[in-house]
Amino acid sequence: MSRGTFTSVALAVGWRNVHNYFKNPAMIVPGVLFPLFFFTAFAGGLSRVDSVPGFDYAAGYTAFVYGFVLLQASAFGGIFTGFSIARDFESGFSRRLMLAAPRRSGIIAGYWVAAVTRAMFNVLLITVVALIAGLDIAGGPVDLLGLYTLALIVNAAAMLFGSGVAMRLRTMQAGPAMQVPAFLFLFLAPVWVPYELLAGWVHTAATVNPVTLVLEAGRGFIAADPVKVLPAFAVALGLAAVSVLWARGGLRSAERAA
Amino acid sequence: MSRSTLALQVGMLARRSVVRTMRQPAMIVPALFFPLLLLSINSSGLDSATNLPGFPTDSYFQFALAIAFVQGALFSAGSAGTNVAADVETGFLNRLSLTPLRRVALLLGQLAGILALGLIQAVTFLGVGVVFGAGIEAGVLGALVIVSLSLLISLAFGCIGAFVALRTGSGETVQGIFPLLFAALFLSSMSLPRNLIETDWFQTVATWNPVSYMLEGIRSLVITGWDGQALALGFACATALAVLMLAATSSALRTRMMRT
Repeated sequence: MSRGTFTSVALAVGWRNVHNYFKNPAMIVPGVLFPLFFFTAFAGGLSRVDSVPGFDYAAGYTAFVYGFVLLQASAFGGIFTGFSIARDFESGFSRRLMLAAPRRSGIIAGYWVAAVTRAMFNVLLITVVALIAGLDIAGGPVDLLGLYTLALIVNAAAMLFGSGVAMRLRTMQAGPAMQVPAFLFLFLAPVWVPYELLAGWVHTAATVNPVTLVLEAGRGFIAADPVKVLPAFAVALGLAAVSVLWARGGLRSAERAA
Repeated sequence: MSRSTLALQVGMLARRSVVRTMRQPAMIVPALFFPLLLLSINSSGLDSATNLPGFPTDSYFQFALAIAFVQGALFSAGSAGTNVAADVETGFLNRLSLTPLRRVALLLGQLAGILALGLIQAVTFLGVGVVFGAGIEAGVLGALVIVSLSLLISLAFGCIGAFVALRTGSGETVQGIFPLLFAALFLSSMSLPRNLIETDWFQTVATWNPVSYMLEGIRSLVITGWDGQALALGFACATALAVLMLAATSSALRTRMMRT
């Protein structure tokens, strides 16, 4: 099978999903609204936390929160694409798509195109709001490249995880099975204060949570003080690689059911 | 219609509502699990905030305990709305409209399930709070007042869910209001006392937001003891919202029954 077949399937699925996304406000709102809530609530309501002894993030609390919300928006862009896959299975569209697509891995690639588009849109909106709210990004172009590349890898990992769940369960009721693990991974990281200031079981959880490294590296890029860059990229790429295998298993499961 | 007949109608519908709520673990488990999860994550993640000068307690867990009660009440809105929307969608309400059932009986009966869920939540959150070391400064009587205020808040939010369900007849729309209620919680004095909120506009929003006073009413009993002003404001906000939404729900129910 030619590479062109793979690309044409991917582009067709990607275009359909991107088109549906921008035509349907109900799909746009949740992915944007929740990160915006968190940004507003944390950057506005908790800004005093940067006065806590030991809080040593130079770029300020708004930038500290932006680092988290950026990651959340990217991850949600991926997870909500998983919802779209589940909806396509419920409506019967996916079954027809599986029969028609000459190369089915192109279907996942197409959904990935949609997930990247969603994430870029979410991140753009949130960045504009954050800049209006006084976000000060100290990092230069290379730092920003690192920051947004990391966010896109997280988006891909989340989308692949979501697609694996959606293709195995093939129902919208699988929503919590996609959302809850993503929520836990994100919130068991240093969300409100640096890792050193975490206490109790969340400190322990953050120590073993791979998202902690990604979050710290992202915040380092924003503050022009890159930290743990290689481990963060290694972890993010590792998560994406595991998710590829998970999504491929999901595709096989859907093929057997089709 | 006699008072005893009304009581009988309310009793029968209340029984149905409570049994229906209790038979749906999917309604009870998230309403208990998510507030406790957020409480647990918040209290560990923000424990260092207690080092801020002027923070009212040295335990963030004790400070954050009140959030669980209000967040739990938000789930009441979803539960009440979903149940009422199901009654509309399945035609149960249509059939009831053909009987001599009084509207007030239907309304009170429908909300009984929410109060039962609210009671389970309040007792669970109190128990977890006490077991994990958040002493209730106002003592046993204070704990009873916390349960009362929590039930009132559940009733108020439950009425919001029921109102939306009756107006739209759609369970999906009821789920759609959850983010708005969630925003009301996040734009309050949920994470820090209002006097420690640094951002001016946020402090203004939190000051105008009735959810802040509901939180502060419960929080005062946990942290301070008996604070008349905080309690009066907490009960006043919850009562006002409950009365307003009961009236709106009753009106929506009348319209819905006339349509059928």
